[in-house]
Amino acid sequence: MGAILLPEMANWPLLQGLLVSASVWCCLGLIGGIQRRPGHAAHLLHASGAVTAAAVALLALLALPGEPRTLTIDHGMAGFALHFRLDALSALFAALLGLVSAGVSLFSAGYFSTGDDASGRRICVQYHLFIASMLIVLLADDTATFMLAWELMSIASFLLVVTDHRDPATRRAGYLYLLIAHAGALAILAALLLLQVDPMNTSFEAMRENADLRSGSSVVFLLALAGFGAKAGLLPLHAWLPEAHPAAPSPVSALMSAVMLKTAVYGLLRVTLDLLQVQSWWWGALLLGLGLASALGGVLFAAIQTDMKRLLAWSSIENMGLIFCGMGLAVLFSSHGMQPMAALALTAALCHVVAHALFKSLLFLGTGAVLHATGERNLGRLGGLICTMPWVGWLMLIATLASAALPPSAGFVAEWLLLQCFLFTPLLPDPFLNLLIPVVAAVIILASALAGYTMVKFFGIIFLGQVRGDAARACQDAGRWERAGLVWLAIACALAGLVPTVLIRLIDPAVRQLTGRGASEELLATPWILVPVDIDQASYAPLVLLLGIVGTAGGLVIVLRRLYPGRIRRSPPWNCGYEFSSSRMQDSAEGFGQPIRHIFGQIFGIRRELPSPFDHAPHYEVSVRDRIWEHAYLPIARAIRSISAFAERLHPVSITACLMPVFVAMLAIIAWAVL
Amino acid sequence: MLHGLAGQALAFVAALALAPLLSGWVAQCRAWLQNRTAPPLWQPWLVLHKRLLRETVVAENASPLFRSVPALVFACMAIVCTIIPTLSTDLPLAVVADAVVLVGLLALARVLLSLAAMDVGTAFGTLGARRDMMVGFLAEPVLLMVLFTAALGARSTSLASIVDVLAHRELAIMPSLAFAGVAFTMVSLAENGRIPVDNPTTHLELTMIHEALTLEYSGQHLALIEWAATLKLFAYSCIGIALFCPWGLAADDTPLALLLAVPALVAKLAIGGMLLAIAETVSAKMRIFRVPEYLGIAFVLAVIGMLIHILLGA
Repeated sequence: MGAILLPEMANWPLLQGLLVSASVWCCLGLIGGIQRRPGHAAHLLHASGAVTAAAVALLALLALPGEPRTLTIDHGMAGFALHFRLDALSALFAALLGLVSAGVSLFSAGYFSTGDDASGRRICVQYHLFIASMLIVLLADDTATFMLAWELMSIASFLLVVTDHRDPATRRAGYLYLLIAHAGALAILAALLLLQVDPMNTSFEAMRENADLRSGSSVVFLLALAGFGAKAGLLPLHAWLPEAHPAAPSPVSALMSAVMLKTAVYGLLRVTLDLLQVQSWWWGALLLGLGLASALGGVLFAAIQTDMKRLLAWSSIENMGLIFCGMGLAVLFSSHGMQPMAALALTAALCHVVAHALFKSLLFLGTGAVLHATGERNLGRLGGLICTMPWVGWLMLIATLASAALPPSAGFVAEWLLLQCFLFTPLLPDPFLNLLIPVVAAVIILASALAGYTMVKFFGIIFLGQVRGDAARACQDAGRWERAGLVWLAIACALAGLVPTVLIRLIDPAVRQLTGRGASEELLATPWILVPVDIDQASYAPLVLLLGIVGTAGGLVIVLRRLYPGRIRRSPPWNCGYEFSSSRMQDSAEGFGQPIRHIFGQIFGIRRELPSPFDHAPHYEVSVRDRIWEHAYLPIARAIRSISAFAERLHPVSITACLMPVFVAMLAIIAWAVL
Repeated sequence: MLHGLAGQALAFVAALALAPLLSGWVAQCRAWLQNRTAPPLWQPWLVLHKRLLRETVVAENASPLFRSVPALVFACMAIVCTIIPTLSTDLPLAVVADAVVLVGLLALARVLLSLAAMDVGTAFGTLGARRDMMVGFLAEPVLLMVLFTAALGARSTSLASIVDVLAHRELAIMPSLAFAGVAFTMVSLAENGRIPVDNPTTHLELTMIHEALTLEYSGQHLALIEWAATLKLFAYSCIGIALFCPWGLAADDTPLALLLAVPALVAKLAIGGMLLAIAETVSAKMRIFRVPEYLGIAFVLAVIGMLIHILLGA
């Protein structure tokens, strides 16, 4: 698909088209805001939003292979024009945004049509502003536009998170999210201001041109890492993510996890590999380290969760960790001038970006459908839903296999490419890194094996087994609109896994733009077999593999039917002959997480209350705490509280005493400027 | 190409036919070592035939997933056996899947079987699923690290290329492969439900791992799952042979060379099966809580093997 390049296409106003789509979204939101009965309008408005999203995906795909397109909107203030730019990197992420939000909007058309009018109106405005601002973030080409869109995105998503604002836990989650998002935004703003060379020109173009005049790139990188890492939920800054994602309505959780986290990846790639053109090796090592910690920490906490949306939120942290590992390897290779390897690592990271966006949005939408049908989000009260909700159940199985990184799914392609990169790391000239890399590979494999465990728990407890609660017994399958959204995403997810060469061709222009090298000739020459470097080294053909599995299984069943025409009888479960069996004898969510708590007990802060044999009312309780929260966040909060208490004591003194520190600070600044 | 395909078809048929015999051979050796009267070598075949003739009983609340899993698991294992170079390294279909995909296929089979075990919703089924997934997530990294150690030498994750390189090196003990070999042996015992991790002949539900997954299966379904289990043992034995004892493979594609490779394979499998029976007889089953420790040691050994490979280049 990347090869379609019509001669006159260079002149097509694709960037303008994307900007128009963003304004269409805003208009749809405003129309929804003034509707008298938003429930009825939701079908039409969200469906139009889905059509717009599909148009965005199409426009961005058309723009992928071409030259960068730029647009400047001068609104009269000298030096502060709005700059937009559509190059391969932003086109790739915009296409992903369009693809995912088309499915999510279709789902929302059904999901948001019930509920009370006031919140329906609010959600419609905030939802459409949220997607429009994400698109502008991807297209912005100067500091002011970028930061405006970034802030709009944060605020719109914050308002969506606190949709259920009567619940104190939701308000707390929203507050935490807003706090960390703004701390991150400040870091990003500082990074972008440091990048700016010409004081009157805030455009990224000027930063690119004057790249060699700059000093202090490492500070810029660290600030950008802190800012975008906070948005991505990278480990020390992850605290908001498992709180905010579950609190939002499910389609919004899907968008936040699938697309908003990816804007952080986009931003970091833009700053690190595009605006800063020379990298140091330790940036890559740092990215790799943080990515590993997030991958392992995320999956361990995901495995012990009992709330299905919280489980998925922790699993998003894990996936972001794996993406950052890929980016770290790319920076590491790039800093040593090994561009082909950097291109491979970046391809792996971007493959994971696409795969994660598709399967995680599908999973979050599925939990939304389950939540709508049963009103229950605790895994321990669900069960057996594959019989009552077959559409949701079977479509979720696709996403579950992808999330568990099993062949022939989309998640596996990304993991496979990432592991291929490690095979070439011994070529690095640094012996210390060479020794570290196998350990890194081992941790990544462990994390993805644990992801399999987590997803078996997720799918098995929600959809399989006996029904655990009354709510789950009398539930209905997803409606027409919801089904359409799920099917759209499931098809995209399955195709991304089965024909990864097409996916890699779409990613290739962005990789080429950032590393200067694209995928190898072999990769583009063979349509059905994925060959990263050389066919003798490694190859993978998922479509043939799937045909092989299905063909062997089908052929076997047919042959056996011929040879042994035995019959099949239905009967109550055997259960080893035990007569009594109830749904409470199955593993609960806590029970399924027990081996993880047992093996990795050192990592969690576990508190257990066990009943004694003589208790009349036995009570068993296990609580798991996040140690980072206790040892990093709470001390900071205490420090800030004590500083503000100190300032409060200064307060009633006199106006002179209050102004004194300001005066001293100004003197210091002047002295610094003069010296 | 045509000869290669014929060789691959021969390997596929050999795997399907020999896998139950390998399990029968291990059971026979175990019986001899324990002073029992041994069942005949083809006993697993007789059992398979018996199960296929019987009626298949499916639980009332089982979903279609439960009914489709046995054939899918069998297909995964059969494909795994096809892409391992058992007879020759000229495998035209090997481009479909490399070593990482092989580990992925094994994981896919395990996940499908665990999901099927959770489907009926009995206490033992979910218990088995949880335990099997626990052993799985600890064992999968070990297997992949072992394969990676071998892959680093060949600079390729294609199994055929790896074995080609290993078969044509000079005869010397490579320290990295020695560590990898120990780790591989430990993980194969765990993955195939053998003592000391699991007992394939146990009748006590509370100690079961792999058997607990299949408690609700009967008739043809059970036959397919048991056949798939023998294929898994066969696949692990063949991976071990291919990595640590790759001599005796067909040097070229001629039918004669391929046919001559079959007795070599059978001889190696016979020795391997006997060693497995001895290892099972002299060790005792460990508590389930000790399994993470056991597999953790295997993991550390595999990582050390890889580090040694990078440090010494051998």
